[in-house]
Amino acid sequence: MKALLLRDLRLAFRSGGGFGLGLAFFFLLSVLVPLGVGPEGGTLGRIAPGILWIGALLACLLSLDRIFALDHEDGSLDLLATAPIPLEAVVAVKALAHWLVTGLPLTLIAPGLAVFLNLPAAGYPWLILSLLLGTPALSAIGAFGAAITVGLRRGGLLLSLLVLPLYVPTLIFGGEVVRRGAEGMALGTPLALLAAISLGAAALLPFAAASAIRVNLR
Amino acid sequence: MSIWEYANPKKFMALSTRALPWAVGLTVVLLAVGLVWGFFFTPDDYKQGSTVKIIYLHVPAAMMAINVWIMMLVTSLVWIVRRHHVSALAAKAAAPVGLTFTLIALLTGALWGQPMWGTWWAWDPRLTSFLILTLFYFGYMALWAAIEDPDTAADLTSILCLVGSVFALLSRYAVNFWNQGLHQGASLSLDRQENVSNVFWLPLLVCIAGFALLFVTMVLLRTQTEIRARRLKALLARERVA
Repeated sequence: MKALLLRDLRLAFRSGGGFGLGLAFFFLLSVLVPLGVGPEGGTLGRIAPGILWIGALLACLLSLDRIFALDHEDGSLDLLATAPIPLEAVVAVKALAHWLVTGLPLTLIAPGLAVFLNLPAAGYPWLILSLLLGTPALSAIGAFGAAITVGLRRGGLLLSLLVLPLYVPTLIFGGEVVRRGAEGMALGTPLALLAAISLGAAALLPFAAASAIRVNLR
Repeated sequence: MSIWEYANPKKFMALSTRALPWAVGLTVVLLAVGLVWGFFFTPDDYKQGSTVKIIYLHVPAAMMAINVWIMMLVTSLVWIVRRHHVSALAAKAAAPVGLTFTLIALLTGALWGQPMWGTWWAWDPRLTSFLILTLFYFGYMALWAAIEDPDTAADLTSILCLVGSVFALLSRYAVNFWNQGLHQGASLSLDRQENVSNVFWLPLLVCIAGFALLFVTMVLLRTQTEIRARRLKALLARERVA
């Protein structure tokens, strides 16, 4: 499992691996929004939590189809499916690898981008915490969507149609945590619910994803 | 004799062919009675005027939109556990019907909301969760359309339906949390004193029964069509081999 994780990370960081693409997208989005909305600080500060969360979500979406598609093309997914470790574990490891190369870096650069968007100072710790707790859910749900569409040609568009509705609860709770944090309100409930979604998704969705992969490899 | 016998497509076809005329007839009668009664023989509401009458389309459509998804969930489970093809085809047949009901509910709601709330749309929890339900229907149907092999398609859509149900439910409560409601509470429930007055409630009940039967009719018809299409495909394939 460790070998698989290292292999996935190495592949992602290699040139053409797509690492940094999501980050660049996230960066561009945060720069483009003020250009579209206008530089007025109050408006930007109010929409900053939502924009940052949507940006993180879309940046995540961008790299989802790489989780299984490349391995499916060159046949290594078949080998992984017959390997001694259970397929559920393979999915979990691949979701973890996806999180390490997208979710975690996104979380780390988000505060920098929040400066562009004029996020109120009280929001910063909650922005980092909510992304840290919420992005694992994005990777786990995304791995499930990627598993469903792995056998399809032109699966990318379908993937976003399937995955985006599943992202709704995560987005709502994540955005709510930052918004409440920025306004200095109590935010224990959405934070706990966000963590619950991440834990639940990480615990259960690998099983659904693994069964989808088995169907697709049949 | 158990319900599983109708998992046999031939038995299902025989039964549904016998049941269809009854279902069609009852649907027509119930809908005609319910809608005519509701539209022409109930008084106007003292506050909402005649706009209240859209309730006879809005409430049954909204109820069925949710019930159709639940039916798809059950048939998907049956497919995963027992692998009866009729079950998977029924889920496939139900999805566009459910989507239509969802759109009817959204559209009639908007038409009513414009004069009453002064807006076509509000980000109210109920409205929002219906919009999200629409997205789930679209995703489910798109997945069916995208996969060629029927068994693979049935498997993957069933898995999607199970996972989607959990997330649809989560979204339902998430949006509750996110915004306070403009939409009124349930007007019909069995355990409450305050319900819609009997004058409105009886024709509404007839309409709900009519919509439910309309759904049964459509699903029977569409499932039959799917089975016939499947048979035709098998015949053509056999001819090509011969």
